[in-house]
Amino acid sequence: MTTSDLALLKERFETLTERESSDHVAVNCASSQLIELCTALRDDFGYDMLVDVTAVDWDAQSPRFTGIYHFLSTTKHEYLRVAVDCTDDINPALPSLTGLYAAANWHERETYDLMGIRYQGHPDLTRILMWDAYPYHPLRKDFPLAGIEVPLPADDVAEITGMSVKPAPMVGGPFVSSADGPMSQTEPRARDESWSEKKIKPCGK
Amino acid sequence: MQNTTIAYDSKVEGEVIVTQADAVINWIRKHSVWPMPMGLACCAIELMAAGGARFDISRFGMEVMRFSPRQADCMIVAGTVTYKMAEVVRRIYDQMAEPKWVVAMGACASTGGMYRSYATLQGVDQIIPVDVYISGCPPRPEALLDAMIKLQDKIGTERSVKNLFPEKADSKEVAEATKES
Repeated sequence: MTTSDLALLKERFETLTERESSDHVAVNCASSQLIELCTALRDDFGYDMLVDVTAVDWDAQSPRFTGIYHFLSTTKHEYLRVAVDCTDDINPALPSLTGLYAAANWHERETYDLMGIRYQGHPDLTRILMWDAYPYHPLRKDFPLAGIEVPLPADDVAEITGMSVKPAPMVGGPFVSSADGPMSQTEPRARDESWSEKKIKPCGK
Repeated sequence: MQNTTIAYDSKVEGEVIVTQADAVINWIRKHSVWPMPMGLACCAIELMAAGGARFDISRFGMEVMRFSPRQADCMIVAGTVTYKMAEVVRRIYDQMAEPKWVVAMGACASTGGMYRSYATLQGVDQIIPVDVYISGCPPRPEALLDAMIKLQDKIGTERSVKNLFPEKADSKEVAEATKES
């Protein structure tokens, strides 16, 4: 995005500020002006493609959740990143871009599934990766890496197998491969194999 | 191997072959395994390669991949089983007719592999009984063929006739239940 375009945008949207970025041009915007901004980006500035919708969980900070949008101009070959803070930390919500970009549909469902941000105005805001009854949003910072025990999605299968969704801690992981030596010794393995699911992790490590 | 002995002397017996029922049944079963390709991830690509001309799984009589569980008797679980998919895998397994066998192909199907996460089942043997495990990520087609030959050997040692009839304990229970009613 050229500096003149950016100045023009800033003039039109008073909540728009430039955002620190190590690659493409990035801007912050208030969620109240998001739809208006994206309409302008699509119709007046040539950003005709929505490449990615994601979010950041800043953990203890407030605002806790930031929605991130990546736009591409297929005529100018330039990317633009738009970051929008969610005003509510407990029930984060953002306006849906499905009315502007068809690509937003599944991306917003994924972000809802994994981060728990509700996109208002989305035609079908259901989970896309985890099953519908799954109670958590796994990419949030307060969700443990190993997972949390919950029942299997199907009751009858859970009854037959006696299985549930079990946490899978990285026992001494991540699993790394030593590059040299015969294949039998270069298989990926945990650095610390002194503990496992059955053997409790020794204290102080 | 005990169940594969076939005694035949054409001069004495003419066109009669004396053998054990187990040997015949197992011989038939092991040379016409109809796999159900439960392709869930990249292992399925190697499974397809095994079915192709270069590796040619039909040399072992198991080229008839059936996408309907009703027509298959060996489920090859090729790939990562997520908890969401576990339900489907179990249901398809339940729909397969007896006798049936399961091959866990690759690290993911065997143990969850590198996916130690909240979403991945840590080994398909937690929901269905597995007969043969294949190591590798993904295993080469030769490894799959080796496993299928091992499965054939296993089928060859089964007590098929005995398995046709219910256990004695079961029949007792049934008899008691009928008495009571």
